[in-house]
Amino acid sequence: MRRFSRWIMLLVIVLIALSVWAIYPPGEKINLGLDLKGGMHLVLEADTRRLPPGESVKDAVDTALEVIRNRIDQFGVREPTIARQGLTRIVVDLPGIEDPQRAIELIGKTALLEFKLLDEKGDLNKALEGDIPAGDEILYDSEGKAYLVKKEALLTGSAIKDARVEINQWGQPYVALDFTKEGAEKFADITGKHVGERLAIILDNVVKSAPVIKTRITGGKAVIEGNFTMEEANELRIVLKSGALPIPLNIIQNTTVGPSLGKDSIRKGLLSGIIGLIAVLIFMGVYYKKAGLIADLALILNLLFLMASLAALKATLTLPGIAGIILTIGMSIDANVIIFERIREELKKERAPRSAVDVGYDRALRTILDANITTLITALILFQFGTGPVKGFATTLSIGILASLFTAVVVTRAIFNLLLEERPVQRLSI
Amino acid sequence: MRLIGETKIDFIKWRKVAFVVSGIAIAIGIISMVVKGGPKLGLDFTGGIEVRLKFEKPFEVGDIRSALARVGMGTAVIQRYGKKEENTVLIRYHLLRISEKIASNIINYREKEGGIKNLEDLRNIPGVEEIGYENISASFTTSPAESDKININKVSKEVLTSVIQNITSRQMASKIQEAIKDKFGEKNSFEVLSVDLIGPKVSKELQKNAFMAVIFSLIGMLIYIAWRFEFRFAVGAVVALIHDVLITVGAISLGGFEFTLPIVAALLTIVGYSLNDTIVIYDRIRENMKTLRRKKLPPKSVLNLGINQSLSRTIITSLTTFIVVLVLFLWGGEPLHGFTFSLLVGVVVGTYSSIFVATPVVYAWGKKGK
Repeated sequence: MRRFSRWIMLLVIVLIALSVWAIYPPGEKINLGLDLKGGMHLVLEADTRRLPPGESVKDAVDTALEVIRNRIDQFGVREPTIARQGLTRIVVDLPGIEDPQRAIELIGKTALLEFKLLDEKGDLNKALEGDIPAGDEILYDSEGKAYLVKKEALLTGSAIKDARVEINQWGQPYVALDFTKEGAEKFADITGKHVGERLAIILDNVVKSAPVIKTRITGGKAVIEGNFTMEEANELRIVLKSGALPIPLNIIQNTTVGPSLGKDSIRKGLLSGIIGLIAVLIFMGVYYKKAGLIADLALILNLLFLMASLAALKATLTLPGIAGIILTIGMSIDANVIIFERIREELKKERAPRSAVDVGYDRALRTILDANITTLITALILFQFGTGPVKGFATTLSIGILASLFTAVVVTRAIFNLLLEERPVQRLSI
Repeated sequence: MRLIGETKIDFIKWRKVAFVVSGIAIAIGIISMVVKGGPKLGLDFTGGIEVRLKFEKPFEVGDIRSALARVGMGTAVIQRYGKKEENTVLIRYHLLRISEKIASNIINYREKEGGIKNLEDLRNIPGVEEIGYENISASFTTSPAESDKININKVSKEVLTSVIQNITSRQMASKIQEAIKDKFGEKNSFEVLSVDLIGPKVSKELQKNAFMAVIFSLIGMLIYIAWRFEFRFAVGAVVALIHDVLITVGAISLGGFEFTLPIVAALLTIVGYSLNDTIVIYDRIRENMKTLRRKKLPPKSVLNLGINQSLSRTIITSLTTFIVVLVLFLWGGEPLHGFTFSLLVGVVVGTYSSIFVATPVVYAWGKKGK
């Protein structure tokens, strides 16, 4: 028993060291949620009505998720959360973002790049009156000029390997494209077959330019020109490089949280947490004397391990999460109250301190397990079915309960064992 | 130190009084909800807009109200929050009804005229000009050829409502800011702390989510108790739990708080807490039933003994949890207010119910069985 308790204490010391390492420095290791830090929360829904026939919704949304992740990484947001919700939704959390409008444009752009031939034999004016030749369609450029193009896309954005922003001799930014090997061959083939014709470069159904093919192009390079500002060109580069969204996404929820509100919330949440904690620590010390101090130590360890787990799991701490932690304080104290009340009862039966502690722990253990498991069931179900704030609450509560079973039962028992083995006492301070 | 010594209270004897007290408490809550026209659903459930502003100098809520009334938003909820000297205000505006109304106006027109031939026709539909014809026409089309827009002649009312709500919410946010800027002008400038827009589609999913979570957690805990104890104990625990949720929901209605998702989380926490409390007592009773079998005590005494033996623990734990939640309620700030209020009520009611409801129900059920 004594050796066992020593091992427990050694484990606790190792865990403390690991926890401090996991948490330090707290400003960087603990992820604060949007409600605390400020930023943007977006919910996107795939427009399944516009899914190409024969394609699976799941695959399309999976690809879209990947594409969005790439775009946001290139945009440079620290620690974004990009997650799938249900079959057709994607949730994007961007903490601390400064320019929400640009982020929305970047994320929401379909970025479908197509190369289509102009139909110069067809009559544009007739087509505009409604007489569109078979296999053709009318597209416009950003200034509203109409083009009659063949519907069939000869090449799409999937053939692009790299995209760069460059500046021409008039200081105008443009986007330079490198094709993949396959894409380069196809492009050479197309340009070779259609010398003298015009090839439209189309992004999201808007004609960007329609240059005349002068010669077969073999180098696997192309450029997109337009009246771009530097920022627009850079956005275009990002979306082209990350690929097109396989399915259009609609923004169905867009929540922007001001960071100054967040700071205020942090201060209040932390402050009330610390006040509540101190009140409970004092109460336990007064009510259960030295045993209460052991429980206090267990509680502090519990909080340390809980924060370390959050940091290690890269979980995000939200306001309801803080509430979950404070509830954990109550649960952890409950375990020790049950144990101490039991020990007091045994002492009243004139039992020796040593055996009163043993019997008290044994009797209390089953009660504590039953009680904690029921709460854990609630927390886990909340975690499974809840979203956003509920999930944050459930995460801290679940981890808190597990940590509290270890600290409030196992660790306090080990401390009692070691103290009582060192020097047997006549009276317990409880 | 010791708050509660050895007690020999006959809790079971008080069961009928307790049932009446609980019944009255539940009835008051239900009456309050009926009088107020059903539970007050928060923006999580209805969809809408929430704007938080921080003024430079002190302001009057009445001035904001009159500013908003001038632009037709007199029904907005306007609340101060935070400390008084912080000059912060919260404005909530529910949009579902407006959006639904415009959507049904469009649908009615479509049915009456046998379809919308030209988007310009939308200008004649009441409500459309208010949110801007351009905004609607940008999202819809009348021609089947334009595949990147939604065909207004085929769109369902649900989708139409959600698109319109999206437009209205954006518009209302700037409308609120402009109206207040007009009213206060240079004299008292303000900073927008946050603008929250919540679409109705998400809300429906959240409702389903919350409902499923409640049902599953109930089933999970029922199975666990029935497995660890006897069936009549599971009945007692479930009755106590429904009792706690009903009284807390009534208190939320009486306190004028809105039902939001964090409150759903609070209700589930109360369920967990109440059960935790109940199980500690049940555990003691189960232990007594084993050790005292030879003494042939009447069931009433076994139950009373269990409650009395764990009374000290029940009070101490409830007290510490209550302290923590009270601190959070007093200083945790406005965003947590509804949540902590529910927990505060729940801790008290949960403690009461494990003593005066859960165990007496086990007694009554046992008597009925014989």
